[in-house]
Amino acid sequence: MKNSIFEKNTLTWIGIIFITLILLIFQDKWVWASKYPRELIVPFSDWINFSMEKFIEQFGWFFLNISWLLSWPIIGAQWLLHSLPWIVVIFLVCFIAILSSGVRLALFTLSATFYMVLIGYWEESMNTLALVIISVPMAVFIGFGLGVWGFFSKRAEKVIMPILDIFQTVPTFAYLLPILLLFGFGTVVGLIASILYSFPPMVRNTILGLKRVPDHIIESAIMSGANTKQLFWQAMLPSCKKQILLGINQSTMAALSMVIIAAIIGGTADIGWEVLYYIRKAEVGQSLVVGLVIALMAIIIDRITSGFALNSDKAVKGPKYLKNMRLNYYGFAILVSILLFIVASFFQVLADWPYNLSIWVSSYINNFFETFVKTFRTEIKLLKTYTLFFIMLPTKIGFQQAVSPFTWGFQLEMGHKIFYFMSFILGALWFLKNKKNEIFIFLLLLMIFLYFGLTNMPWLSLLLIYSFFAWRVGGYKLALGTFFGLGFIVVVGMWPEAMISIYLCGIAVVFCFIVGTSLGIWAAHNSVVSSIIRPINDTLQTIPLFVILIPFVMLFKIGDFTGLLAIIIYAIVPSIRYAENGIRNLPSEVIDASTMMGSTKMQLLFLVKIPLALPVIMLGLNQTIMYGIAMLVIAALIGTNGLEQIVFIGLTDGNMGKGFIAGISMAIIAMIVDRITKTISEKRSEALGLSIK
Amino acid sequence: MKNNVELSKQIKLSCRNLWKVYGDNSDDFFSNNSYSQEDPSILSKKITEHGHIVANADVSFDVHIGEIFVIMGLSGSGKSTIVRCLSRLIEPTVGKILLDEENLLGKSEKELIEIRRHKMGMVFQNFGLLPHLNVIENIAFPLKLQGLKEKERLEKAVRVIELVGLNGRENNFPMELSGGQQQRVGIARSLAVEPDVWFLDEPFSALDPLIRKQMQDEFLRIQSLQKKSVVFITHDFQEALRIADRMAIMRDGQIVQIGKPVDLILNPKDNYIRDFTKDVPWESVLKASDIIDKSQKILQKAEEVPFDMPVAKMLPLLSKKSVGVVVVDQAGKKLGMANAQSFVTALATAEN
Ligand SMILES: Nc1ncnc2c1ncn2[C@@H]1O[C@H](COP(=O)(O)OP(=O)(O)O)[C@@H](O)[C@H]1O
Ligand SMILES: [Mg+2]
Repeated sequence: MKNSIFEKNTLTWIGIIFITLILLIFQDKWVWASKYPRELIVPFSDWINFSMEKFIEQFGWFFLNISWLLSWPIIGAQWLLHSLPWIVVIFLVCFIAILSSGVRLALFTLSATFYMVLIGYWEESMNTLALVIISVPMAVFIGFGLGVWGFFSKRAEKVIMPILDIFQTVPTFAYLLPILLLFGFGTVVGLIASILYSFPPMVRNTILGLKRVPDHIIESAIMSGANTKQLFWQAMLPSCKKQILLGINQSTMAALSMVIIAAIIGGTADIGWEVLYYIRKAEVGQSLVVGLVIALMAIIIDRITSGFALNSDKAVKGPKYLKNMRLNYYGFAILVSILLFIVASFFQVLADWPYNLSIWVSSYINNFFETFVKTFRTEIKLLKTYTLFFIMLPTKIGFQQAVSPFTWGFQLEMGHKIFYFMSFILGALWFLKNKKNEIFIFLLLLMIFLYFGLTNMPWLSLLLIYSFFAWRVGGYKLALGTFFGLGFIVVVGMWPEAMISIYLCGIAVVFCFIVGTSLGIWAAHNSVVSSIIRPINDTLQTIPLFVILIPFVMLFKIGDFTGLLAIIIYAIVPSIRYAENGIRNLPSEVIDASTMMGSTKMQLLFLVKIPLALPVIMLGLNQTIMYGIAMLVIAALIGTNGLEQIVFIGLTDGNMGKGFIAGISMAIIAMIVDRITKTISEKRSEALGLSIK
Repeated sequence: MKNNVELSKQIKLSCRNLWKVYGDNSDDFFSNNSYSQEDPSILSKKITEHGHIVANADVSFDVHIGEIFVIMGLSGSGKSTIVRCLSRLIEPTVGKILLDEENLLGKSEKELIEIRRHKMGMVFQNFGLLPHLNVIENIAFPLKLQGLKEKERLEKAVRVIELVGLNGRENNFPMELSGGQQQRVGIARSLAVEPDVWFLDEPFSALDPLIRKQMQDEFLRIQSLQKKSVVFITHDFQEALRIADRMAIMRDGQIVQIGKPVDLILNPKDNYIRDFTKDVPWESVLKASDIIDKSQKILQKAEEVPFDMPVAKMLPLLSKKSVGVVVVDQAGKKLGMANAQSFVTALATAEN
């Protein structure tokens, strides 16, 4: 009985499929069910605009004053970094790099920073750095404070955590909207946005670190006679130093990426603005040259801060050569700085790199890419059109509309349709016979999706499908959340755009998951592959999203296809990572036991390793989706059409309400998908009796 | 090497009808005083049926000045909970704890900190060393908390470092030490404040058997110099026998039997205790004083053996001298006669 078609869940699914088909057949009659009626749209965005206006009328002066106040530290930091000769700044940064992780990083830092000087973008780089330098301490301070509070008070944690979730899922651009309105244009917006964007990781790491302090350390400190303060500052905090430093690392990276993104509102004369400027002017060569500055900056900042974290337990031992110098190496650094300062005042070139000595490589790059594009014109075009005709269009508008003599070379005839539906239905029935009800349902749904296209699906049936799926995965709470969350998107009139976002992101995620997981599994079995993939992944994860766009724009111009590729290249990283880790960290006894039972390599992989690693692989899917959404937001820059574009337009034309609602809608989608995939992963690992991590 | 308990019967620390129940609102069971009339096993069962965890049920014992009191029991029997109640790392649900005849449970947080700074030391199974401090800083940590000057701290720390034999390791960090060495640091730290009461919660359980034996000897040597009042927790019966002046055996949060190791072996209260004692090598546990035949008159010219000589060593003597030997105490006073027959009798009672 359990696995027959009469099983309750299968029946419900069939009911939902039936409703969907009815709605699709009568979509001309019941238009409201497939396209949400305009007159019923709740004008949330107007309300937001209106109340924001009123609010600013009343309290605007207050925020403008804060803005004025906050502009001073920025000006100060910029003044300092500009008035120091570049050679001094480079020396200091390299010195910090040595302290953090040694000579190799220092050499890398040296060449990278000198590159910034050489191409004539020192000033802009320092403007960006100034913002990061000011925002990180504030974010760390706020994040640490909240983290400690959340650790000591269960109730505070219950309030803080969901807020963090929201802060980390609201698309980056959407952050800027209200801040822009409240604080006016200028660098301060970037500062505030980057503080707001970068304190959550600090909170999380602080709470996590404090929670992980072992009981025996706490008890031993108490028994040593520590009072509450001593216990916290002298025992617990030093014991979780590493986690806290990791928090600082993550906060710094978040701050940097937000500072770069905030450049979009302009008026900052920083490096992010320069990149955007050249992207918009379609001078891709120069945008790549400048984009590299951002990438290098990100890598340096990341390696330095993570170096401090990772070496924090070693640092107590200390590298021998530093230990011997310990007494005076800060003095040494100051002394050298002063010396360099004096030298630079004699040799102007050490303070201000002259314009005519700057190196211009962009024309070579342009030439290279032009030649490349010319040489492979047909290949590039084929790739683009094939993907568009055979993957993107069918997903978006369905075979029904996508198949035409122009695209596929023929018209959909009755025979084709019958063949299409019959093969799906027969396949589905075969699975039903074999008691694989879930695949049966999946195939039926896929048949409908692919035929009619995601954007043509009635909102009502999608709402039912998603909610019931959420209910099957995580019970009524998840289902209610899904229903009301998606319902909100429908009611505020963002559904069509949301579907376009989901379509673009969805294709990318499916591709990333399949290819990324396969790569990860390969890397888990082959250390050469692993050692090739790892640094690429590291770099992709470190450099700000902007920069990733550039080469794709060069090759494929702007548009959905380019956006898709950019999302794929960024979102594939976690799929690879998690799959590799999941397979590598399986309990070796199980593998040994299965090998001893005589399983072949393939049996071992598909019957033992993959099923056991599935919870971790699912977490990879979760992260792939989150990365995909993050990149999707940025892809709005190159002209995609989903929610992200509305957020972006909101930024440029000042329709804050609409942009903000679109941002919230994206956050809602992200949170629902996050919960669903995480629940699946947790349930799997519970069933397997494994603990993830 | 052990202390002679008989020297002092003065009570240092005592614990009366102590209960610790984990679970929300678990003190409801103790809100009126009638609970003390109930049989602890029955009450304990009742509380468990309500979904709570009874970690300690009606535990009572005394620790005398200068003695080593061992609490032995299988894992989960509530040993750690007891010692944490005694140090008030956790609050008992009900019961009394007296330290130097003062009510420990009535102490304020501030007074407690003072007590821990001067009267108590504790050693943990997982060492509980601070990873960011080196050996000497770890040992001096309690002194630092008291606000002692650096010089004074280091002086005291160096003294205990010598006591535990860690000279030359002062500047190493915990990560760089073996388990045995780490526990020596733990021991040194707990002794740095010169406490009266010394708690050790399974201090050697995380160590390899060979190291464990060494550390037990080390512990006995230190204790013979320091004469603390010790509460020593272990799940290892052999370890308990080697170390204990007196011991308590716990099961399901209750103390099943208290006594000298030999009492427990000779008169196990029930099968649970007998299971532990089954595999004990008798001849090394029993001492001369344990096999005295009270009915036999003391023969003045018989050979003398000290009261604490292990029976294993006496066996050759016993087989040669059919009349037996005289057992004398430290002062040379003759306690009684022991012979082969009395040894067999003792064994027979023990093994039943
Ligand atoms: N914080 C706690 N919450 C709930 N139960 C606990 C807690 N600490 C210990 N227990 C339970 O109390 C019982 C006794 O634990 P413990 O004193 O640690 O035993 P032992 O040290 O003898 O191994 C065990 O069943 C344990 O699961
Ligand atoms: Mg224990």
